[in-house]
Amino acid sequence: MATNTQAQTQAQSLMKLDNKASKRSAMLLEQNVSRPRRDRVGLSAFAFLFAEIIRYSQNRVLGIQELEAKLSEVGQRVGVRVFELAMWREKTVHRETRVLQTLVFINTVVWRVLFDKQADSLERSTENDDEYMITDNEPAILKYISVPKEMTSFSPGAFISGIVEAIACCCQCPARVTSHVVPADGLPLRTVILLKFDSEVMDREKQLEASK
Amino acid sequence: MEKQYKTIGEDAWKNNVEKVNAELFIFTYGSLVVQLVKDYEDYAAVNKQLDKMGYNIGVRLVDDIMARTSLERCSGFTATAEVISKVGFKLFLNVAPSVASWSADGKEFSLIVDDNPLNDFCELPPKAVQDGLWYSNVLCGVIRGALEMMQMQTEVEFVRDVLRGDDTSEIRVRLLRMLDEEVPASDD
Repeated sequence: MATNTQAQTQAQSLMKLDNKASKRSAMLLEQNVSRPRRDRVGLSAFAFLFAEIIRYSQNRVLGIQELEAKLSEVGQRVGVRVFELAMWREKTVHRETRVLQTLVFINTVVWRVLFDKQADSLERSTENDDEYMITDNEPAILKYISVPKEMTSFSPGAFISGIVEAIACCCQCPARVTSHVVPADGLPLRTVILLKFDSEVMDREKQLEASK
Repeated sequence: MEKQYKTIGEDAWKNNVEKVNAELFIFTYGSLVVQLVKDYEDYAAVNKQLDKMGYNIGVRLVDDIMARTSLERCSGFTATAEVISKVGFKLFLNVAPSVASWSADGKEFSLIVDDNPLNDFCELPPKAVQDGLWYSNVLCGVIRGALEMMQMQTEVEFVRDVLRGDDTSEIRVRLLRMLDEEVPASDD
């Protein structure tokens, strides 16, 4: 009998939990996402958070490559969501399937959503057909991240390349995306996001081009 | 007094704060929490880690506030509470939670965070609710860390959260004691 009552209380508490949870779900579902609910938060808030993410990741990896992979993973989860929202909100764009259109979409729409500006340039690699570069001269979110001397090869932009990688994947153009700090005059944080598209994507491109 | 801090906070937000897209920030926080849940596989440990990260932020954040405002030393804990809400929360998250439920001895108060940006788009799985995840626990750490820099040792914890089905989100702040001036402890 005792176990019976116990089971009953447990069931009751679970039901209560479920009711509460569904209240939250209902509220979320009613929210209008076609326009952002809120506009801005402080850049410092982001910088502090990002610095903690880097510090946390650093404690769990062995080298710079792993650290960048970890940051990229954090970025990828952001990218998937940014993509969904951008597609929902931007009335003028549709889902792109061609590589170049996908790149332009990332270069303009995605950058505008994330950083309120377009990326500074979009180039095709002169060496490899399947490589493209998106350059941001002054990525605001990296402004307060200073990389120690002994880690010069580390690019905190790995977070951004993670976002880009997820979005390229959502556009059916999977690519390996990496980030590199390439300082220029007066632009110490200039970051190049390098996309190397999977071979299947390039094959498809060729087919699409041929069938035109 | 309350009004004066409100003006300071709003002025600084308008004129003296660089800003970033709120959704980028919100998604990034969410992604961090997911990472912690994956890494620790234990919600209590996630709470703890979030609090720790918040603390690291808090000890730095005071300087940031000082640099952007012309705040003077608070006259008492009541003023401190107002500054946390009207200046602290305002400058970083652009919200100002209300201060409520003071204890009789004036050493405990609650921040009612009606509109917590971190909660946007977030829904907790039932298991996380059941096992006691406080999704925005980083905020507690931030407050604790920041107050410690102002020589106040505190206990800060969430007592209610809309993500867990409560009507509102409430952070309880309890002043334990005033600290003597000393060299700040190492932050890791």
